[in-house]
Amino acid sequence: MSQTDFHYQKKELPASLTKFALILLSIGVVLSLIAFFVDRERALFGYLVTYMMIVSIAIGSLFMVALEYIAGADWSTPIRRIPEFFSKLLPFLFILVIPLLIFNHDLFHWAHEEAVAEDKILQGKAPYLNITFFVIRTFVFLGLWTLFYWMMIKNSRKQDTTKDQNLTTKNIRLSAIFIPVFAISITFTAIDFMMSLEPHWFSTIYGVYFFSGLVVAALAAITLAVIMLKERGYFSPWMNDDHLFSLGALIFAFVNFWAYIAFSQYLLIWYADLPEESFWYLTRWNGSWAYISILLIIVQFLVPYFALLTQPSKKNPKRLKFISVWLLLAHFVDLFWLIMPNMNSMKDGYTFSWIDLVFPIAGVGFIILIFIMSYKKDNLLPIGDPKLKRGMDFHL
Amino acid sequence: MNNDKNLYCIAATFNTPDEIINAAKKVSGAGYTHFDVNTPYPVHGMDDAMKLKPSKLGFVTLVMGLAGASIALLFMYWNISVDYPLVIGGKPYFALPAFIPITFELTVLLATVSTVAAMIMLFFQLPDNKHPLHDTQYMKSVSNDKYGITIEAIDDKFNETEVENFLKKLNPLNIEYIYFPPVETYPIFQPKFLLLLAGIALVVSGGTYFSLNKLMFMTPFTFMMDQDKLIPQKGSELFADGFGMRKPVAGTVARGFIPYPYKGQVNPTEVLSNPFLPTKENISLGKEKYDIYCSPCHGYFADGDSRLNGQFPNPPTLHSQRARDFSDGMLYHIMTNGQNVMPSYESQISRDERWAIVNYIRVLQRAKNASDADLTEMNKEAGNNVAN
Repeated sequence: MSQTDFHYQKKELPASLTKFALILLSIGVVLSLIAFFVDRERALFGYLVTYMMIVSIAIGSLFMVALEYIAGADWSTPIRRIPEFFSKLLPFLFILVIPLLIFNHDLFHWAHEEAVAEDKILQGKAPYLNITFFVIRTFVFLGLWTLFYWMMIKNSRKQDTTKDQNLTTKNIRLSAIFIPVFAISITFTAIDFMMSLEPHWFSTIYGVYFFSGLVVAALAAITLAVIMLKERGYFSPWMNDDHLFSLGALIFAFVNFWAYIAFSQYLLIWYADLPEESFWYLTRWNGSWAYISILLIIVQFLVPYFALLTQPSKKNPKRLKFISVWLLLAHFVDLFWLIMPNMNSMKDGYTFSWIDLVFPIAGVGFIILIFIMSYKKDNLLPIGDPKLKRGMDFHL
Repeated sequence: MNNDKNLYCIAATFNTPDEIINAAKKVSGAGYTHFDVNTPYPVHGMDDAMKLKPSKLGFVTLVMGLAGASIALLFMYWNISVDYPLVIGGKPYFALPAFIPITFELTVLLATVSTVAAMIMLFFQLPDNKHPLHDTQYMKSVSNDKYGITIEAIDDKFNETEVENFLKKLNPLNIEYIYFPPVETYPIFQPKFLLLLAGIALVVSGGTYFSLNKLMFMTPFTFMMDQDKLIPQKGSELFADGFGMRKPVAGTVARGFIPYPYKGQVNPTEVLSNPFLPTKENISLGKEKYDIYCSPCHGYFADGDSRLNGQFPNPPTLHSQRARDFSDGMLYHIMTNGQNVMPSYESQISRDERWAIVNYIRVLQRAKNASDADLTEMNKEAGNNVAN
């Protein structure tokens, strides 16, 4: 077929995108610094939401790369570089996490020694929830993620020049090790950075809940990038509806998975109605939080579910692009809903503040900038991958 | 042209999936609509090559899924919230989160089962064992390792020579003419067949009757039943009188049972006296049992105001002078022995409980016919309470 003689030629990203990202980032950073001096607690909580969003996209993208290797998928091979580009965010998490570690006192109730001294439950949890162990855990997980990122992406890039098929085998082995590491590390990350904000509460499904939202966010980011690039001709002429359909179907599946997990968590706590569990949901039912809780169901599940239900809608680039942006927003709302009600001043209801908006602006700018950075160093297609040709010819 | 045979289609087989995709594209491009492709496994991209319209099967899934969801929700709503409201775990009658799992299950069940059923029966029109492609060399090869395409004779553009030339241009392995099989008839209402049917029915029903009613009670099958033991209500050769069961020794008393020696006597009052003091615990036990066993006829306050709406004769009030003059033993005797239409309660209420009921009846009688002395006593107590 016509793709047999396909010859890859690198096409640079427009300079306006870099400018756009830099403007967003600088506005965001300046406003964030102002926010930090205006209301430190609120700024830190807002920063935590954006940090978790970046963690979601970064580690979720690496997970999608590993998933492709371990499942032996070839439809996603031509677009594998997109999640690889996003996972370049992982090494930067070392820097991004520092404010959260320095100002842990403002975020975490369990970091207050005088509060722990009066609290039997917190004393029981102290062997796990203490600053030393917390910092160690954070850096161990970030280190593991960066290590796997570095090894897998290095192999993938080396393949572009050597065309060595053994590198694929190596990456399959690495993926097989990475996936359990990923499962355990994101569970503890979710517990450390979000569940421990309310240290008296516990939910064993919390890690899975974070995972389900994280995969949706990563897939949405990948799909958005793919469609934006496709619209500008970066993926022509080989990309067809079936590639989009596969992305759409994955998003659809994980939107359902999120709803399933979120409902499982809610149903058990609602049914048992134990005071030590149900107060977490009751906090999220206080005042205007109730509207955000209901909004979350609509935004994260009902709208994307019906928007992606039919087969043609999963192949429609416009619809997919809209839903990708929508789902990134939905995951942000989800994280916001998980994190913000733990602020003491927001326990009785959500009150709007401009501070909530500045971190996402900086975050979007940052993510685009990292994407451009890794794009410059790398080919858009893994041209040495033995599965590339099959992926381009992919048909359902 | 062979006139005594009815042509169904012309079939061509190919060696590779690429060839069959190409062939399907050419055939659909040439404007044929009644054609089909047979491959040993699903070939990717075939829908486009054949220019197939999206399947309508999804609508079956949608409709049946919605039906499942609404059936489940409405049924549970009607069941637990309307027809027989039940409080479960302190939740409201219409506890939506608790209904979701069943709604989900029924949605998935109806949607998937009906999708598969509709796919097989409506879309594939199976079972069909008279399809012309059955038992052809073509079907044997495409269900093994070849890829085949058939152009049916009912197509508007169909012309034997044209189609054959067209297919030959695609370089197939071979081209095959497939005819409708000769129509075979199997008359059902032949005497021979009916006789056979009756014979089978007779043998099956007779065999079933024999094995269930006779065979099972014949020797090798009865080994477990024939045991040398005494079976209640059955005869036995062990004892001279031929009975399997024995009478208890004279004077045997059943466990937890105290015989009542005054059964049928009119007034055994003198010998019976209440063994229990009217303590708070005893009276409340009496109240509990009275409310259960006595109050349906006698009323909660022993006024003889039955709750049975005249379906059983009302007893007289227990506040009459006669009843108040009964000794404790007399009341106990009436409960144990029964009186007029009132049956004996000996088997339902234990001995101690009956005495407790006597104490409670005394409380009711005194409360309804309180004397001035009682009132002063009560006021004194009330005064004390206020003072405290």
